[in-house]
Amino acid sequence: MVLYELIDYSTLKVIWWLLLGILLIGFAVTDGFDMGVGTLLPFIAETDIERRVVINTIGATWEGNQVWFILGGGAIFAAWPPLYAISFSGFYLAMFVVLAAMILRPVAFKYRSKRPDPNWRSAWDWALFTGSFVPALVFGVAVGNVLLGVPFRLDNELRMTYDGSFFGLFSPFTLLCGLLSVTMLVMHGAVWLVMRATGEIAARARKAGTFAALGGILLFGIGGYLVATGYVEGFRITSEVDPNMQANPLAKQAVVEGGAWMQNYAVYPVLWLAPIMGFLGMLGTLVLLQTRFEMPIFAFSKMAVFGIIATVGVSMFPFILPSSVQPEASLTVWDASSTHRTLFNMLVAVVIFLPIILVYTAWVYKVLWGKIDEETIERDNHTAY
Amino acid sequence: MELNVVDLSRLQFAMTAMYHFLFVPLTIGLSILLATMETVYVMTGREIWKRMVKFWGTLFGINFVLGVATGLTMEFQFGMNWAYFSQYVGDVFGAPLAIEGLMAFFLEATFVGLFFFGWDRLSKRQHLAATWAVAFGTNFSALWILIANGWMQHPVGAEFNPDTMRMEVTSFYEVLFNPVAQAKFVHTVSAGYVTAAMFMIGISAWYMLQGRHLQIAKRSMAIASAFGFASALSVVVLGDESGYEANLNQKMKLATIEAMWHTEPAPAAFNVVAWPDMEMRENFFAIEVPYVMGLIATRSLDTEIPGINELVERSKDRIRQGAVAWDALQKIRANPAEASKELRETFRQNAQSLGYAYLLLPYTDNPMAATTEQVDAAAWSTVPNVWPMFYAFRIMVACGFFFILLTAVFFYYSSAGRLETLMEKRRWILHVAVWSIPLPWIACEMGWFVAEYGRQPWIIESMLPTSAAVSSLSVPEVLLTLAGFVALYSTLLVIEIALMIKYIKIGPEDGERIAPTPPPSISAPSSASAVPAE
Repeated sequence: MVLYELIDYSTLKVIWWLLLGILLIGFAVTDGFDMGVGTLLPFIAETDIERRVVINTIGATWEGNQVWFILGGGAIFAAWPPLYAISFSGFYLAMFVVLAAMILRPVAFKYRSKRPDPNWRSAWDWALFTGSFVPALVFGVAVGNVLLGVPFRLDNELRMTYDGSFFGLFSPFTLLCGLLSVTMLVMHGAVWLVMRATGEIAARARKAGTFAALGGILLFGIGGYLVATGYVEGFRITSEVDPNMQANPLAKQAVVEGGAWMQNYAVYPVLWLAPIMGFLGMLGTLVLLQTRFEMPIFAFSKMAVFGIIATVGVSMFPFILPSSVQPEASLTVWDASSTHRTLFNMLVAVVIFLPIILVYTAWVYKVLWGKIDEETIERDNHTAY
Repeated sequence: MELNVVDLSRLQFAMTAMYHFLFVPLTIGLSILLATMETVYVMTGREIWKRMVKFWGTLFGINFVLGVATGLTMEFQFGMNWAYFSQYVGDVFGAPLAIEGLMAFFLEATFVGLFFFGWDRLSKRQHLAATWAVAFGTNFSALWILIANGWMQHPVGAEFNPDTMRMEVTSFYEVLFNPVAQAKFVHTVSAGYVTAAMFMIGISAWYMLQGRHLQIAKRSMAIASAFGFASALSVVVLGDESGYEANLNQKMKLATIEAMWHTEPAPAAFNVVAWPDMEMRENFFAIEVPYVMGLIATRSLDTEIPGINELVERSKDRIRQGAVAWDALQKIRANPAEASKELRETFRQNAQSLGYAYLLLPYTDNPMAATTEQVDAAAWSTVPNVWPMFYAFRIMVACGFFFILLTAVFFYYSSAGRLETLMEKRRWILHVAVWSIPLPWIACEMGWFVAEYGRQPWIIESMLPTSAAVSSLSVPEVLLTLAGFVALYSTLLVIEIALMIKYIKIGPEDGERIAPTPPPSISAPSSASAVPAE
């Protein structure tokens, strides 16, 4: 027996589906508040020193957080090559917009306070806003498109063609998902500022977080309603599928069907926990923002992020990238993964490194923890961003 | 020239990768030098070493962020522009990229925050550990990326599966311990070390010419020249190892580097200068050094190195063989469940040449029915343009030998305690060091050019041609992103260089100069309090 056969192929596929979820949630929970803070920056802080306070609440740690995004890309490549190939080439211009915006972010952090010129600083503040707001919006729009199905086709050699266009990505439902993503991350970022900043900034953050939480509850509710009533159609596999099969997205039959994204909940009612956590998280955040609490709010806002993303995942399972124009070419957990051997080897790498990463990340956060205010910025004027 | 998606995508990848590699080598080398200087600080307790770490650390930071920013594109553009490649090799190629994130990039990106912000929050030893974590992170990162790249140059440990239409891992061990990847890794990180050393030497020389910051400049010079000398030797020696591996695996690359059209009797001569003519398939003229090429590439006196013409002949056989595999593959794909054992066996026997059949696709839809002329044209498409290969390689090698010389000179003067002599009597040597600052970057870019352009037309050597690997995109789409990346990267590069120069001019804090002026909105602290409390 070969070592990788210790875990059977179908189990590994499900494990990797879960890991992908963990990576995306890890990204949204950690880099999510960075993006929320960046989006709020021009509106929540007016003077230069206030802006520096806001930036320095995330300045030392955002870089590690962003690695969740990069790792997400690498892990999708390794575990679901067709997903990596089809989604990034299909969403080509949208990906370019996201990358261009995200490229501005590291530079904005580092270069902003390197020159005293107010125009220089203001320009980088807007670069930071762009690098935070644009990805938050586009990621949400992209998820909306995935829920609707993406117009791609596969030929017999698995070469992909794409029927859509950049502007075709924006429809009422996908914009709703984009806005939900923005409000969720703004809420998360506001809660972060409540914990890490003081005085006026923290007070403004409470207000911003309240509006964002309200908006998030509303948008999540509308989105859920549209999916549950079948206005947004789902996908269903109509042929027999062997979960242990070799990767071949063309070996099944599938249909587009109203209400199909709800069938997993009927079979496994426990999955209702995901949307419930999404709602409860936002509701808890909304209520606690009105109190003097700080740390406990963050637990709720993390729960909200977790719940909302998990809702998308469990609604679609086993689909990971449905095709709206050739449903039988949709990518699913069963037919679009890497080989048994690669999934196993990669799992070993994750089992070794992920705990180490979590330990040192936690330690770094602990070392750098503490309130940031105008005094700390002036004291560390030279090293602070 | 008519624009097409393949050429534009190649240009975009080359552009984004070469920009990325403007920042990477300095990060790789300077992180190690920072950690070394900080180790000296922790061991001796002398404050000046801490000031050195902080000064070079500032320059490191300005460079580092652009490496991170341009690296983002690298992680995603395989999927964006090279979708068929991604589907074709993701099972093998994705793993090193993912492990790079897990093992290296998290380490480097998490601790770089502590490096900059942790001085007052950590003990000396803890901070030193953070700095080393950054250094290890950047170097591990290079390891995994070069394992991925090395596999594209020499695809071991994998085979093509007709049922999934992709290459699949047969031995992860072989992918990891690919000799090409190992040689490339050491060659590349050494090049990074040389880059950082030349950067430190050049800037220190500039301070010495100006008579400023001498304490820091001399110490920096000593450490950089020792480190740089060792690294420059290692770059050249391990570059030689790469040449040896290239002869084993990528004979065409070697033949074009050498502009060697015909197989010569062993041991082959080395062309120092030549005028290759692609039309005539001859060198117009050449100056040769006898025996040297044969020794470098084969490490023997009696092994022949095949010339371009002979390699093209060999390609013709493989194209014919590949066409058989291609034909069998079409029949298997048409009905996989019914495919006979014989058919699968035919495919299996010819599968290692399948990639060569794809070379015919620009000329004919049916490789099986290809004419002699078509096979001829496809076979000659395996030859990269000789002229740029030949000269890019020679520029890189000349730089390499120059680095050995320059670092050796400075190593001698600093270890003999004679840097004063340089400042008083031999100022031209210091000028040479300043003007040499850009050279390592030129050498690095030339090296990558030779490695990647020399692999064409293959995206995966002998397995998948670049032209078959692209995404289904339109010319305007790729033009738009290409223009966007060029504009964005160029702007950022100009800003980066301007900031570098500004902070080099300001110089380290050694009591001679004050910290940069704080913004007007902040009540200006005195120059003394701008220096963080030690």
